[in-house]
Amino acid sequence: MSGFKTLTGKAASLKRDHVDTDQIIPKQFLKKIDKAGYGEFLFYDWRYHSQGQENPDFDLNKEETKGSSILITGKNFGCGSSREHAPWALKDYGFHIIIAESFADIFFNNCVKNGILPIRLSAIEIQQLYTDRSVSVIPHLTVSLENQQVVNERGDRFDFEFDPYWKNMLINGWDEISVTLQYEDKIKKYEFERIVN
Amino acid sequence: MGKTIIDKLWESHVVAKEVNKPDLLYIDLHLLHEVTSPQAFAGLREKNRKVRRPDLCFATMDHNIPTVDRFNIKDDTSRLQVQTLEKNCEEFGIKLEGLDSLQQGIVHVIGPELGLTLPGKTIVCGDSHTSTHGAFGALAFGIGTSEVEHVLATQTLWQNKPKQMNVKIEGELGYGVTAKDVILWFIANYGTNAGTGYIIEFSGSTVRDFSMEERMTLCNMSIEAGAKASVIAPDEKTFSYVQGKTYAPKESEFNEKCEDWKKIVSDSDAVFDQVIEINASDIEPMLTWGTTPSMCLPISGQIPAAESAFSIEEKQSIESALSYMGFNGHEKLEGVEVQHVFIGSCTNSRLSDLIEASVVVEGEKVHPDVRAIVVPGSQSVKREAEGLGIHKIFLDAGFEWRDSGCSMCLGMNDDIVPEGDRCASTSNRNFAGRQGKGARTHLVSPIMAAAAAINGKFTDVRSMLQTKNPEVDRYVGI
Repeated sequence: MSGFKTLTGKAASLKRDHVDTDQIIPKQFLKKIDKAGYGEFLFYDWRYHSQGQENPDFDLNKEETKGSSILITGKNFGCGSSREHAPWALKDYGFHIIIAESFADIFFNNCVKNGILPIRLSAIEIQQLYTDRSVSVIPHLTVSLENQQVVNERGDRFDFEFDPYWKNMLINGWDEISVTLQYEDKIKKYEFERIVN
Repeated sequence: MGKTIIDKLWESHVVAKEVNKPDLLYIDLHLLHEVTSPQAFAGLREKNRKVRRPDLCFATMDHNIPTVDRFNIKDDTSRLQVQTLEKNCEEFGIKLEGLDSLQQGIVHVIGPELGLTLPGKTIVCGDSHTSTHGAFGALAFGIGTSEVEHVLATQTLWQNKPKQMNVKIEGELGYGVTAKDVILWFIANYGTNAGTGYIIEFSGSTVRDFSMEERMTLCNMSIEAGAKASVIAPDEKTFSYVQGKTYAPKESEFNEKCEDWKKIVSDSDAVFDQVIEINASDIEPMLTWGTTPSMCLPISGQIPAAESAFSIEEKQSIESALSYMGFNGHEKLEGVEVQHVFIGSCTNSRLSDLIEASVVVEGEKVHPDVRAIVVPGSQSVKREAEGLGIHKIFLDAGFEWRDSGCSMCLGMNDDIVPEGDRCASTSNRNFAGRQGKGARTHLVSPIMAAAAAINGKFTDVRSMLQTKNPEVDRYVGI
């Protein structure tokens, strides 16, 4: 996985709380055995009507949001199942950053493992990302993981917290398993002591 | 300062502890199923890595499989996924309870049933309802596929220690109020993100009085409250449940283990980050009316209207839930008609769930407008129920009696609720589209589901129970 660099991009809004993983990617798309090609099924039941035609009212179907690399949403994003197909679909669709008031725990981890940066900001800060008060204009944001900062078009800066370990992992694009395999001696020692005790 | 049960479970599994890093935790048991594992095995193969401890892994297939004519998986992608698990288990030397196994079942049902789930273990699975195993005093949580691959390769996980919450439930539950109602009540009152960033210990007299199967129901849905995991201190009930199970420690070793397990309890002076106290007698039979588990009310309740919301966001979410569920607001829950009833899932498909539901069903007929199915949690549960004649009660009433699997909980197989239909379901999630596109799910206990099947609408099961077998109490708390 390539390392996470500073990113400037268009931000699409999904102004909903508690978006669950069944909405991000419905169960009928979990049957594949590879990681590729889930983007076309992202938010499937919201993006498409029953007969498969596009729902023009859904936020991500609007012309102005096309090509967004940042998703701004509400509370408890990604609640529900542990399916990693959810971040696979988001990334395949083109999202590299998700800004939300809060995330479900398993989903947050799944994002980080797939090179998606989940950022927690308060409701007020999220409101301030939009330079237009009506929240109708799509903002362009610059996000630096190195500085743990989001900057909007007006130059307002929003700091965010991020675990130093996962930050390092994301920035360097390290393979976590390779890192852990260097702890083999400690793992062996732990196993040995457990047997002895 | 004393330690909590969570501290004790955590600390005994730390392999490495370094500044500015999460702890490296050892994993004692890794459960696998067909949906979240194929990409993990593919990842190992790509990098030419081995499964470090195949002896600590255990697999079954449950999500995708048919519950009728079970060996005939019609959907090509589902079949390939199931075959892929078989192939991976063979290649990497992992024990699999396959479709033809007498022990096959929902992964969170068979783990405890086979004695794989034991107090003091760390248990993970690529499935959010892994929290179920916390009922045994194990630290058990769901993980994604990348973490599945990490555990396969290293038998460890990097984890930041979550905050700790003690949810104390005290007192006696009312007649006809079940463990399912307790967890639904908790989520209804504290929300779907009450537990985000926390591990919960469930404690108190109500929890101590629960059977192991009731404890599993409680812990199973703690993920719906957002919690990383939940745990219940092991006690004599836990030990006697575990004793004699296939993979449980044998004889003299078992007694020794029990002495160790007795220490896995919170010290009396242990401090939690948050404490919530619940009075069991406040809880009534519950059911969900909306599209998140927190949109949930007692059976006596009335569906809210959008104008009762406290904020614009809440108004929008009520409006969208009402519209999806086909309600206007203000309707009474009692009397809402259902077309489907599903008794099953890792929440409520164990023997005691089926027995309790059968008490309501005995001598009755399923309403003519209702299609009702029972999907036992495992083939063992199915056999035991058949040994007791429970299946006859369901079949005579007009229920379908199926083979085990996840089934209609998430509708990955053919067990789907059609668009616009309502289902009284003993499962754990009522998200839009969960049981089928446009399907309207109402989460309830097994006895409430059974009552809905008979009456064709939601009713207060307590009124039915009163006219039933006066010995009904003997069934409760298996």
